[in-house]
Amino acid sequence: MGIIEYIELVFSDYTLRTITLGTAVLGAVTGMLGSFAVLRKQSLLGDAISHAALPGIALAFLFTGAKDSNVLLIGALISGLIGAFWIRGITTKTHLKADTALGLILSLFFGFGILLLTFIQKRPDANQAGLDKYLFGQAATLVESDVWLMAFVAGLCVLVLLFFWKEFKILLFDKDYAQTLGFNTKFIDALITSFIVLAIVLGLQTVGVILMSAMLLAPAAAARQWTNSLGVMVFLAAVFGASAGVFGTAISATQNNLSTGPVIVLVASVFVLFSFVFSPSRGLLFKRIRLIRNRNDLELQKTLTFMYHIVQDHEDISHPHAIKILNNFRGYSRKGLKKLIDKNYVKVEGEMWSLTEEGFLRASNLYNQNEKDD
Amino acid sequence: MGRIAVKVDDLTVAYNYKPVIWDIDLQIPEGVLMAVVGPNGAGKSTLIKAILGILKPIAGSVTIFGKPYKSQRKHVAYVPQKGSVDWDFPTTAFDVVLMGTYGDLGWIKRPGLKEKKRALEALEKVGMLSFKDRQISQLSGGQQQRVFLARALVQNASIYFMDEPFQGVDATTEVTIINILKELRKAGKTVIVVHHDLQTVPEYFDWVTFLNVKKIATGPVKDIFNDDNLTKTYGINYKVSVQK
Repeated sequence: MGIIEYIELVFSDYTLRTITLGTAVLGAVTGMLGSFAVLRKQSLLGDAISHAALPGIALAFLFTGAKDSNVLLIGALISGLIGAFWIRGITTKTHLKADTALGLILSLFFGFGILLLTFIQKRPDANQAGLDKYLFGQAATLVESDVWLMAFVAGLCVLVLLFFWKEFKILLFDKDYAQTLGFNTKFIDALITSFIVLAIVLGLQTVGVILMSAMLLAPAAAARQWTNSLGVMVFLAAVFGASAGVFGTAISATQNNLSTGPVIVLVASVFVLFSFVFSPSRGLLFKRIRLIRNRNDLELQKTLTFMYHIVQDHEDISHPHAIKILNNFRGYSRKGLKKLIDKNYVKVEGEMWSLTEEGFLRASNLYNQNEKDD
Repeated sequence: MGRIAVKVDDLTVAYNYKPVIWDIDLQIPEGVLMAVVGPNGAGKSTLIKAILGILKPIAGSVTIFGKPYKSQRKHVAYVPQKGSVDWDFPTTAFDVVLMGTYGDLGWIKRPGLKEKKRALEALEKVGMLSFKDRQISQLSGGQQQRVFLARALVQNASIYFMDEPFQGVDATTEVTIINILKELRKAGKTVIVVHHDLQTVPEYFDWVTFLNVKKIATGPVKDIFNDDNLTKTYGINYKVSVQK
């Protein structure tokens, strides 16, 4: 199927359109909120929360017997929130580190959730089938009302971000300082955490408990590589998240119905990989190139300084010297000499070199600068 | 002597039952430039954080100009330790300094032209105006410290608490900072600095507090900065040739 055909299909096919919209909105929300989780160094909070939501889903089913996704999500929301605030409680009230608290809550809640799921499956109740979709997610089960709910939360999230932007920013950067300015940091903190929990719970049906944290982290990690502004980062993370949703859905729909959640996560990971390598300021590739270029420049400067040292002893700066002398000097290469000639700093005749006026001036600048630095 | 700027009564802070600072009574007169000295683990930062309400004391009270701290926040500015934040945070020097205006603005309101002008002035004062758009991780340690100082200056407070502003900075920055501190004192402000370099205490400060879990001594540098108090605070026989 070609791209054009696919796009036509998205507009004509109700199910595909619903899923595409749903994953896009979900990606945007988790991307935005994920930026905050990443910058607070709480990358694994999402993982813990999504796992903590599982027993809530199972309990909601046990109590109501309903399989309506909204009822189950409320269960997930409650148990996710309990998990999140327990983690906070553990780190502030005991001396356990955040990673330990996250690990504890994650495994405790997830273990309990799995226990409940197996219990439910053993019951003679035909209605139970399908609860395990929350483990790996099943985008195909998205219906229009789910998308509306996601859109509502996305809108609310944007409003809250715009409203409390300054407060979020200062809390993320310097919590103690924010407190001395009179801000209720506990409230801001609880607000961010609640929204992160909400976003995760919304994504459980689509992406599942196990992969959900990637939706939170990957777009944010990729976005961080491209900008040094918090606003741009949050915006980019939303764009990356939404794109991962759209492309992931497209790939999974066209390729023999691959499971959508994992494909979305893989697409998001490709964004991360690409950003880590190709970002102009922070990417590995350009860092490497800058390093090599700097090293080459330094070699040239060293050679030039060395030449200056030799030439200094002569009255006439254009007095030729044997190239052989340079071989005693570490870092000298024929290639480097050629570059110096190209820059018109050095003239070479036969096996002899001499500094030009320009080269002498440049070298004396370098030399004096080095002397000063010492 | 003028008013009492900061009054601390019976302040005690404990982590895990072990007291970090114990029963501190302190009166800091208005207009002094005071160093808080003591060995590592003496509770210097803890004292400041407890005064500012960042840490919850298990006992004691703090008043600023005779009123509880909570009602007097606008009079107090804080320069935290440089290492307490992540300098790779996606923001610029200007933006960090602008945070100093957030307290006046209160909830939700965004900084406007007036606030931006104040931030630029503060950056200029610490000699960092040309670095205003620099990402903060691309600043040197000394420059980062100056940005923190500028952020506090923007608050235009009466009392400044600074946690080791001289830590890991170069000579240029040290001179810039101390000149600003002296200027603040000249303008009648009260400045409290956690300080490590005992040699510079008599040169930089006019008031000093010795702290080692308990308060050892507090008063004018010329009266109490002596080997006796240093020995009591640091526990070893301390001999600095203090120029008086």
